[in-house]
Amino acid sequence: MNKGIVHLRINGEEREIAIAPNRLLLDALREDLGLTGSKRGCDDSSCGCCAVLINGVPMLSCVALAASYENCDITTVEGLGGPSDLDPVQEGYAEMGGAQCGYCTPGFMIATKALLDRNPNPTMEEIREALSGNLCRCTGYMQIYESVKYALEKRRAISAAAASGVRAPVVR
Amino acid sequence: MADRAQTNGFSIIGKPLAMADAVSKVTGIGKYADDLSVPGMLIGKILHSPYPHARIRSIDTSRAEALNGVKAVATGQDAPNPYGILPIGHDERVFAVDKARYIGDNVAAVAATTAEIAEQALDLLRVDYERLPAWFDPEESMKAESDWIHEERAHNIEKEYHHVFGDPDQGFAQADFVAEERYYAGEVNHAAMEPHSTLAIWEPHERLTVHSSTQVPFYLHRTIAEVCEMPMSQIRVIKPLIGSGFGGKSEIIPLEIAACVLAKKSRKPVKITYTREEVFLAHRGRPITIVYLKVGITRAGKIAAVQARVVQDGGAYCGYGPVTVLYSGALLGAIYDIANVRYDGFRVLTNKPACGAMRGHGTVNVRFAFESILDQLSHQAGLDPLEVRRRNLLKAPCITANSLRVTSYGLPECIEKVFERSNWKGKKGKLPYGKGIGVACSHYVSGAANPIVRSNMPHTTVYIKIDRDSAVTVYTGASEIGQGSDTMQIQIAAEVLGVCTERIKLVGADTELTPVDLGSYSSRVTFMAGNACLNAAKDMRDQLFAAVAKKLGCSPSDLVAKNDRVSHVSDPAKSVSFDEAVAIALEFHGALVGRGTYAPPEAARGGKFRGAGVGPSPAYSYSAQVAEVTVDPETGHLHVDKVVAAHDCGKALNPLTVEGQIEGSVYMGFGQALQEDMIWKDGRLMNPSLLEYRIPGTKENPDIESIIVESVDPEGPFGAKEAGEGSLAATIPAIANAVYDAVGVRINSVPITPEKILEALRAKEKALATSKPPPEKSSAPGMAR
Ligand code: FES
Ligand code: FES
Repeated sequence: MNKGIVHLRINGEEREIAIAPNRLLLDALREDLGLTGSKRGCDDSSCGCCAVLINGVPMLSCVALAASYENCDITTVEGLGGPSDLDPVQEGYAEMGGAQCGYCTPGFMIATKALLDRNPNPTMEEIREALSGNLCRCTGYMQIYESVKYALEKRRAISAAAASGVRAPVVR
Repeated sequence: MADRAQTNGFSIIGKPLAMADAVSKVTGIGKYADDLSVPGMLIGKILHSPYPHARIRSIDTSRAEALNGVKAVATGQDAPNPYGILPIGHDERVFAVDKARYIGDNVAAVAATTAEIAEQALDLLRVDYERLPAWFDPEESMKAESDWIHEERAHNIEKEYHHVFGDPDQGFAQADFVAEERYYAGEVNHAAMEPHSTLAIWEPHERLTVHSSTQVPFYLHRTIAEVCEMPMSQIRVIKPLIGSGFGGKSEIIPLEIAACVLAKKSRKPVKITYTREEVFLAHRGRPITIVYLKVGITRAGKIAAVQARVVQDGGAYCGYGPVTVLYSGALLGAIYDIANVRYDGFRVLTNKPACGAMRGHGTVNVRFAFESILDQLSHQAGLDPLEVRRRNLLKAPCITANSLRVTSYGLPECIEKVFERSNWKGKKGKLPYGKGIGVACSHYVSGAANPIVRSNMPHTTVYIKIDRDSAVTVYTGASEIGQGSDTMQIQIAAEVLGVCTERIKLVGADTELTPVDLGSYSSRVTFMAGNACLNAAKDMRDQLFAAVAKKLGCSPSDLVAKNDRVSHVSDPAKSVSFDEAVAIALEFHGALVGRGTYAPPEAARGGKFRGAGVGPSPAYSYSAQVAEVTVDPETGHLHVDKVVAAHDCGKALNPLTVEGQIEGSVYMGFGQALQEDMIWKDGRLMNPSLLEYRIPGTKENPDIESIIVESVDPEGPFGAKEAGEGSLAATIPAIANAVYDAVGVRINSVPITPEKILEALRAKEKALATSKPPPEKSSAPGMAR
């Protein structure tokens, strides 16, 4: 199939790649853009390892055609935060055991980020629901829930601090 | 949630630390095998057999080879040397040479410039097959008179073992209650989230560098050398980040060798990554297991005798098979004080993907049977099943009937912990119909005391280097696969050297840079690599102390290392910073390298009978669990409300990761108990995907409460034992026993599906209608499929 130039806005950066019209977003990210943080775990959109945010909504990049997402804001795990400026969600998964092997983690963090952005005070049921499209084979999920709770407390602390004009305290 | 251990006097040991590689994982910076690529890299694809058993008459590769972009095509003739993880089981070839033995067996492979071209090339390969009769059911396969899967394995029996300890016949004669049941466990797959991937790079000077998703880089190293006919010294195996294994990456997986063969043939870098379907076909999971079990107990609840006949459906190749069936026998009775045991184990070949080691290797399905029958017998005897377990405990230190040395035994405390936390007393026998509570126990090895390839070399070696930058670098062959073994070693080194963990760097599992460790399997790493690291750190500390003592004019035994300082125990004036200590020691010794090894002591290596080599371990972990369930008698729907799991890990070096391991084990046991099952039709796997082979997600998974029990093993590093596998096996029977408590039927077949529950409830109703009503909640006939 003939390749065409596609413009994507990924993690706030404009990127241009030459890809076939049937190129999957996951393959474009991993192979054309060098963003290997998003993972492939299945053949049939059942694992959630490949999830990315498209305009703030978690989507499976393994079943999305890259060319369809021009003019969208795409956020991958690399866009959540770097090693020196971790997002509270990343900090939560790192600190609380939410990432054992780490393979499912990018997808879980994307789902968590989307949840907390739209619902800063989720119940346990809402957390389970929001993460139900993702599979983790390592943790038994308990420490993933702890990671989510860490993230939401940290976010609360940050916004409280922002409101009162002081620096965010360390949660733990 | 945490029932965290105390840190008693340690600075770093016992602290719930985040994993050392956590930041690289949460930022996407860390690289797994499939994330790697190099310039000029080819993509490899494998052709799999469409038939379960077929002779390969010929393969025509010419059209594939002619396709533009194809750089190499390989078939059995390119790499005919047989291999296998066990020295007694070299029955695999990277590509079938004479015949294909299961649907999915590897027949040929191509390497091409793109994945699309490689796929096209597969379509152009012409294989002339001659179909042969095939065997799918292990109990049928054992009766085969012809068309054996491997000609040299008569009647398709890979191995059989027959063990008798004590006097089982006399034991049964003394028993007041005897039960005999057939149990069935379906086949399950590790389903690690990362599909296998290997990048093999052909290097200058006829060298090969292999990055692979492996739990056993050292065995991979050996096998590549054997199959590719290259000296080991020309091959380098590097383990990148691993998206977990659970045993699925603990033997040599065909794509690993296929990538090497293609790289050697094309003289180019070649990457192969499995699809999820290929992961299921490569398999090596837990086999279908049929257990005929007879157990007798006395009126007082003491186990008098055990007799088991176990048949395992091994699939088409040996793999770890003999080890699996031996673990089933060795661990069957050794958790309790049982004098009389008879075990007959059969590992049978069938025309299906090879089974292998999976979390709780060999113990899980027999534990399900044993803990279920013990529950049944307890009720027959009118005893509380938890109390019956209390009455059959070992007294450590001791040697079990089958010659296993038990040095520490936290099972009593595990039982008491779950008794309290679950409110067993308040609930057992007191819940309404449809609600139930069940108990079960399990145990596991902390590594095998005998290596796969027998030798007197250490099982693991660690070096620690310090130089002028005062960084401490740990060189370890141990394979971090997500369980936290790197962090564990960093903690040990930091504790012994009295430095903060930030000062420690770790280089792991690279055959060119690190010494040998046998691999991440049989839960050996904390005990063995932990001890080697401890020894290396002590060796380093001795060198530092010798130099500093000379400088300070004291004895090395007067010194302590703590808070990044080396100081005199009682004279605070005599103290140097760690950096100063390093400078002093470099002037004194020239080079600073600490060396440590570990090999299990002779006393831990087990008995002398045939098959005695499997089961012995330097130490055993223990677990007790209570599951609470809700069963809807109208639909058969089973919900697991909660699992309380107490695990004796000796000493929790890092309670955060220990809890993660306990919870992950319970989770995996839950999956097997309720929903995971590989469905076969004439040798074809009907559910080779994560959509159809359903591992539990957040909606299904039960609430898990993990409790750490610390028996402090005399030989473990700081007393530590395994934490990653032992808890799995108790979950399944705890749930099965809770189902009985809820609705009065015993489901002797896993997974426990609504259909099976309904069928058992109907059978029970029928039995009640046609005979005098037995007492409340009594046992229906055991059912198995
Ligand atoms: S890779 Fe599994 S859902 Fe996308
Ligand atoms: S951490 Fe390994 S799959 Fe989730």
